[in-house]
Amino acid sequence: MGTRTIAGIEIQVNDEGYMMDASQWTPEVARELAKEEGIELTDKHFEVLNFIRDEFLKGNPLTIRKVGKSGIVDIKGLYELFPGGPLKKASKIAGISKPSSCV
Amino acid sequence: MKKILILGGGTGGTIMANRLRKALEKEEWEITLIDRYKTHYYQPGFLFIPFGIYTRHDVMKPKGDFYPAGVNVIFSKIEIIEPLENRVVLEGGKVLNYDYLIIATGTQTKPEETPGLKENLWYKEIFDFYTIEGAVALSHFFKRWEGGHLVMNIAEIPYKCPVAPLEFVFLADAFFHQQGIRDKVKISYVTPLPGAFTKPRATQMLSGLLKEKNIEVIPEFYLESVDNEKKTIKSYDGQEIPFDVLAIVPVNMGSDVIERSGMGDDLNFVPTDKHTLQSEKYENIFVLGDAANLPTSKAGSVVHFASEVLFENLISMIEGRPMLARFDGHANCYIETGFGKGSLIDFNYDTEPLPGTYPLPGIGPFGLLQNTKLNHYGKVIFRWLYWHVLLKGKEMPVENEMSMAGKKL
Repeated sequence: MGTRTIAGIEIQVNDEGYMMDASQWTPEVARELAKEEGIELTDKHFEVLNFIRDEFLKGNPLTIRKVGKSGIVDIKGLYELFPGGPLKKASKIAGISKPSSCV
Repeated sequence: MKKILILGGGTGGTIMANRLRKALEKEEWEITLIDRYKTHYYQPGFLFIPFGIYTRHDVMKPKGDFYPAGVNVIFSKIEIIEPLENRVVLEGGKVLNYDYLIIATGTQTKPEETPGLKENLWYKEIFDFYTIEGAVALSHFFKRWEGGHLVMNIAEIPYKCPVAPLEFVFLADAFFHQQGIRDKVKISYVTPLPGAFTKPRATQMLSGLLKEKNIEVIPEFYLESVDNEKKTIKSYDGQEIPFDVLAIVPVNMGSDVIERSGMGDDLNFVPTDKHTLQSEKYENIFVLGDAANLPTSKAGSVVHFASEVLFENLISMIEGRPMLARFDGHANCYIETGFGKGSLIDFNYDTEPLPGTYPLPGIGPFGLLQNTKLNHYGKVIFRWLYWHVLLKGKEMPVENEMSMAGKKL
């Protein structure tokens, strides 16, 4: 755990760099976090980020399939937007906790 | 006459029918249970069928044997649930009204959700072991197989009994040793998770075992499709893994009736309050077990622990008292590790599996996150308890709420 300054805001992050308080998130914070992942955010990225933030704040569990059925982007498209681990990267950039699988 | 309707007569529905019939006056309460199928399968036993340890006869009994007298049982498909009208329509148009509804329709495998999975190679070189048909077909295949690359893949999260695919590869390792062909078999465990399991302590222990048994782990693989010509599985990010035989956990989804009734999430699981087990939308509907979208394992032990909470809350509601019982997500899973040994994990929403002893602190006899012969016997004995105690809704010798006593942090 620690504090970092991102886009001029003091932000609490955990050991893996996920934000601890989703309410501190701003689009500027997202742009900076995305840069660290090597991603330049487009409008499409933001649509996905807003969707997963909404679901997260409602307390709904997130899966790649769920984002793929959101109507915003299909699963292949999601991998193109956030290469590597799309849900993990998108969650990090969206300022929410790391997606936990319920096993 | 007031009416309780139970949809699904599997582990959860059967337990509820038994407990409620005992608790509620027959003159006041009519209890009806609906299920499509007449056979109750002991699903934890499917795992042993591919390796010839169990046959189909070891895991099946008539469902009717487990329902109490005084419960009205209807074997039928359900057409639709109409929660606003407090009624359920059966196939053929029969209408059943209810005062309280318990949804226990479970989860099912959906191989057709993955392109190429249920095609030419299905039950020839591609098998699931979550259905009796798949488990039996795989047992025939393994009898004749002379070796090659066995790939165990999980298509989607969540899936029923999260430790089963791990147990499968452990048992496969032991089986091929006994067949004398282990040196001719490569075993790969391909998972969408970042490691062998989700929780750190259990992952560490299980990864050690996988390594010891020379089983390769390929994490972060999210299945897109199966190529029947090339005999490969492909992920969304372009990885491709060849197989000679593929054991698959297909996408798991809730029952189709949940989708038809517009009551499910994207995987047809019913949004449910994770503590009260009440439907998030309708206060006279409760959801038990795999059918719910709870953030815990989909497993019989969870159903059993949750059933006690659901029972208490339903009775409280009926009597006009506040619902005080809270489900903690308690799960308890034996993990067969092969060669007559087993491990055990015990956890809930907030506490990951930890080492220790169970169910008696400091005594056991079972060792949590340990690999022992006694744990294996626990799993063997459990089948008897399941048929004779658990399904009947009788007292099990374990606590409903997870306990930290006996666990080491």
